[in-house]
Amino acid sequence: MLNVTDLNVHYGKIHAIKGVSFEVNEGEIVTLIGANGAGKTTILQTISGLLKPTEGSITFNGENVSKMPAHQIPEKGIAHVPEGRRIFADMTVHENLMMGAYIRNDKEEIENDLERIFLNFPRLKERYKQIAGTLSGGEQQMLAMGRALMTRPKLILLDEPSMGLAPLLVDEIFNMIQTINSAGTTVLLVEQNANKALHIANRAYVLETGRIKLSGSAKDLMANPEVQQAYLGG
Amino acid sequence: MNLFLQQVINGLNVGSIYALIAIGYTMVYGIIKLINFAHGEIMMFGAYFAFIAATSFQMPVWAILLLVMTIMAIIGVAIEFVAYRPLRNAPRLSALITAIGVSLFLQNLALLIFKPEPKIMPKLFPEMTFSVGGIDISSTTLIIIGLSLVFMVLLDLYIRKTKQGRAMRAVSEDKDAAILMGVNVNRTISLTFALGSALGALGGILYSVAYIQIYPTMGVMPGLKAFIAAVLGGIGIVPGAMLGGFIIGMVETLTKAYLSTTWADAIVFGILIIVLLFKPTGILGKNTREKV
Repeated sequence: MLNVTDLNVHYGKIHAIKGVSFEVNEGEIVTLIGANGAGKTTILQTISGLLKPTEGSITFNGENVSKMPAHQIPEKGIAHVPEGRRIFADMTVHENLMMGAYIRNDKEEIENDLERIFLNFPRLKERYKQIAGTLSGGEQQMLAMGRALMTRPKLILLDEPSMGLAPLLVDEIFNMIQTINSAGTTVLLVEQNANKALHIANRAYVLETGRIKLSGSAKDLMANPEVQQAYLGG
Repeated sequence: MNLFLQQVINGLNVGSIYALIAIGYTMVYGIIKLINFAHGEIMMFGAYFAFIAATSFQMPVWAILLLVMTIMAIIGVAIEFVAYRPLRNAPRLSALITAIGVSLFLQNLALLIFKPEPKIMPKLFPEMTFSVGGIDISSTTLIIIGLSLVFMVLLDLYIRKTKQGRAMRAVSEDKDAAILMGVNVNRTISLTFALGSALGALGGILYSVAYIQIYPTMGVMPGLKAFIAAVLGGIGIVPGAMLGGFIIGMVETLTKAYLSTTWADAIVFGILIIVLLFKPTGILGKNTREKV
């Protein structure tokens, strides 16, 4: 579904991503794990077009998307829930979700999808008319995910969805990711919480300073002593 | 009392024009964080074009408004495309200096095309005077206030209720997040310039109807005052610009009536200093919401 080949990304003079290749197959949950500054966020931003690669290609369902203007990417079926949620804080919950439906014109289906999202995130329904900036961190994360789902993505990129959340909420968010996946959306997950991420993922890539160091099934990586020591707390 | 009410009407009259012009400053600032100092010149060219349409082509007033607002919307978009877009990622000061440059360029262009002698705006609206409870209100005043309010309400509805309006707010809040929703940021910025310039042109036409004279530097003072109105209301906030416009118009009129004509401008500019000292975010602005 998603094929990243020999990706190189520069931030000015800094060579942030150095020849990364990986793929995500339809229906999978794939996770990129790695320390702060390893380049996980950069990779997601390059897939969604916010950053342009200096070299390499990104193909999505056979189509090269790496040179496409970023605002055309959602229409291809890729949604990106950015780090720090980036909800529209001055808009209501409803308006945020409607921004997710910006690329769509099918009014009735939009209404149905809203209902479906409210079913999955009942707390968003209660806060329908509330200004999004006043939501709690967990609710904002749910809103950011709901907003991304409103684009009807085939692939959803999640950047640190558990960051700064209480442990109970972290579990809830990870359950939600599994629900989204079993409803048919492929997931590419970036997480510092490697333990949780590996538990729900099919496959994983370990990133270290802009290069992929290890890859394999989530199970194998969890059993790998190197991974255990570096990312799973021993 | 009657004199006071009369002055309040006058204040609303000027204030509604300032409000229209202030909206253009605030919308552009909201979306690209630029004080578009050429906005006063948009208003000036709007007045000239309306003058030409009225005198040389004897067009009906509704056609003048429609045509001139459309032309100035296109010119506003063109200015952004030529002068500001190449500087999108440059330091903000560069864009600001460019805006001042565009403003001077347009003033001198007008001087070249239209010559320095002022033109006299013909009466665009039917002239009648109504006496209500001892105060005289002219039909022109009512039409100026009415037209301004109608367009402000339409703009407000557009921004709050439509998909494109929502996209404009999204872009001004968080450009990258808006892009991730599939919003074409360049097109949204063009749309903002189009709407702001159309309202600025309307402001210019109404201003020249109220003050009769049209000349190449006529946009400078009302432009500055509308800018102050936008800052007073909270720069970047559309209802703030409307509120600020009415307050500035009222303060100016009442100062002229009760204190001193010569001090009126000084007091209006004094408001800017006071706002910047004590509440730089303006009346409707929130305090220190810094995005990281």
